[in-house]
Amino acid sequence: MNVTRGFTGRPRVRNDGLPPGQYDAGDDWPVLSAEVTPDLTPAEWTFTVDGLVAEPRTWTWDEAHALPPSAYEGDIHCVTSWSKFGVRFGGVSLDAFLDAVRPAPEATHVVAYSHTGYTTNLPLADVTGGRAWIVWEYGDGPLPAEHGGPARLIVPHLYFWKSAKWIAGLRLLDHDEPGFWEQNGYHHRGNPWEEQRYSGD
Amino acid sequence: MSVTDSTPSAGFTPPTRFAVPGRIAVSNRAAATWQRATLTEVRRETPHAATFRFAVPDWEGHLPGQHLMLRLRAGDGYVAQRHYSIASPPDDTGHIELTLDHVDGGEVSGWFHTVAKPGDEVEVRGPLSGFFAWPGDRPALLVGAGSGVVPLMSMVRHHRARGLSVPLRLLVSARGPEELIYASEYGAETAPVFTRTAPEGVPVGRVSAAHVAALLADRPEGGWEAYVCGSNGFAEHASRLLVDAGQPVDRIRIERFG
Ligand SMILES: Cc1cc2nc3c(=O)[nH]c(=O)nc-3n(C[C@H](O)[C@H](O)[C@H](O)COP(=O)(O)OP(=O)(O)OC[C@H]3O[C@@H](n4cnc5c(N)ncnc54)[C@H](O)[C@@H]3O)c2cc1C
Repeated sequence: MNVTRGFTGRPRVRNDGLPPGQYDAGDDWPVLSAEVTPDLTPAEWTFTVDGLVAEPRTWTWDEAHALPPSAYEGDIHCVTSWSKFGVRFGGVSLDAFLDAVRPAPEATHVVAYSHTGYTTNLPLADVTGGRAWIVWEYGDGPLPAEHGGPARLIVPHLYFWKSAKWIAGLRLLDHDEPGFWEQNGYHHRGNPWEEQRYSGD
Repeated sequence: MSVTDSTPSAGFTPPTRFAVPGRIAVSNRAAATWQRATLTEVRRETPHAATFRFAVPDWEGHLPGQHLMLRLRAGDGYVAQRHYSIASPPDDTGHIELTLDHVDGGEVSGWFHTVAKPGDEVEVRGPLSGFFAWPGDRPALLVGAGSGVVPLMSMVRHHRARGLSVPLRLLVSARGPEELIYASEYGAETAPVFTRTAPEGVPVGRVSAAHVAALLADRPEGGWEAYVCGSNGFAEHASRLLVDAGQPVDRIRIERFG
């Protein structure tokens, strides 16, 4: 690509935590959902894991809160180019839910879906081994509705569109099925360190 | 590009109702390829916004409502990239227009507003994202604020250029008349709302339930497809008004500029 005449950009800050093409959004936390923020109370919220599992199961708010607590503290990266450093999300590791349903050996992928019907696809390996959480706290408070509250999925090592807001469930599959943004031209995996933004990257 | 009613792949359907089914199947090739865009014209719209016209010879075409990714490169290889909605209607052969707000301290919009001149080259990839696209088929209720009117204007222009008879209404919010982007282009389809200053006799205030009720009152056959665009604060406010007025959530599409 050619140099853009007269463009210098902001002073460079060396930041090893910043994936290529990303910038530090500081205190901002942009909201980019495509749908109306749902009016969902904790009492109405449920989380289901089914598909290729030994024992499909649905958790209520209280049942999910009875699982061992786990928090993510670190960075998040959005495909629209902002990253946010040192955030804290509290909830339960997705492993705790998956251990309870016992995935079948042939399960390779999941589709995560929201109470709004939003979907996103992930390899099972990306949501196991302490790399994904169901969370209901941001910082010290409840997760705000526009950011996915009462509860969302977070998979912080991938671009944040994979971290489905208003999470309703996971379906385990033996193949990959593109979700909402993936059908709209976005990359199937979305690894920020490899800048996998759009299909073909 | 093809128009679809549901999601392109007939695979897993969540038990929850799908809020925003895609309208079109998007080209993955267009989304993946960076193309050169040459600035050919700059038009001032308001004190804080200007329209930038580009020649993009290999542009494969877009639908109203879609956006693109644009990038600038500095001498040391540093790259800044941002999303911008496409303001021009389809069929403007080989040309596209973007309208950019001058954001205080903004890296990319700052370059456009203080440095850019015709002849300059940037790179774009797109069009991207099908969910906010309007193929011109269903009645469209458009609600935007500030530069959020940009993708909606592409729809208005498309509606006019094609002489479409399908109903289309635009509710556009601006701080004042001098901040209203595309002010001279609006016709009977548009109702402006001014939040800070207004001409004599025009009320000042936010988009309200009364504005939305007036729009929803003349319901076309098949109902409206609503498109909301602007800052997150505006999108939350306007989409809630629409829901409260009875517009189904699965027929409200929201583009948030962050
Ligand atoms: C789908 C989509 C469509 C869009 N369409 C349009 C459109 O049609 N028209 C339009 O005008 N905009 C549009 N936007 C917004 C656009 O993408 C940019 O966010 C906007 O132009 C600002 O970019 P910038 O580089 O000028 O500002 P940035 O440099 O990104 O700055 C934005 C703000 O953040 C602060 N900031 C950010 N990074 C830093 C940093 N490292 N250090 C200090 N301060 C920082 C700046 O001071 C400023 O207040 C769209 C956004 C999306 C997601």
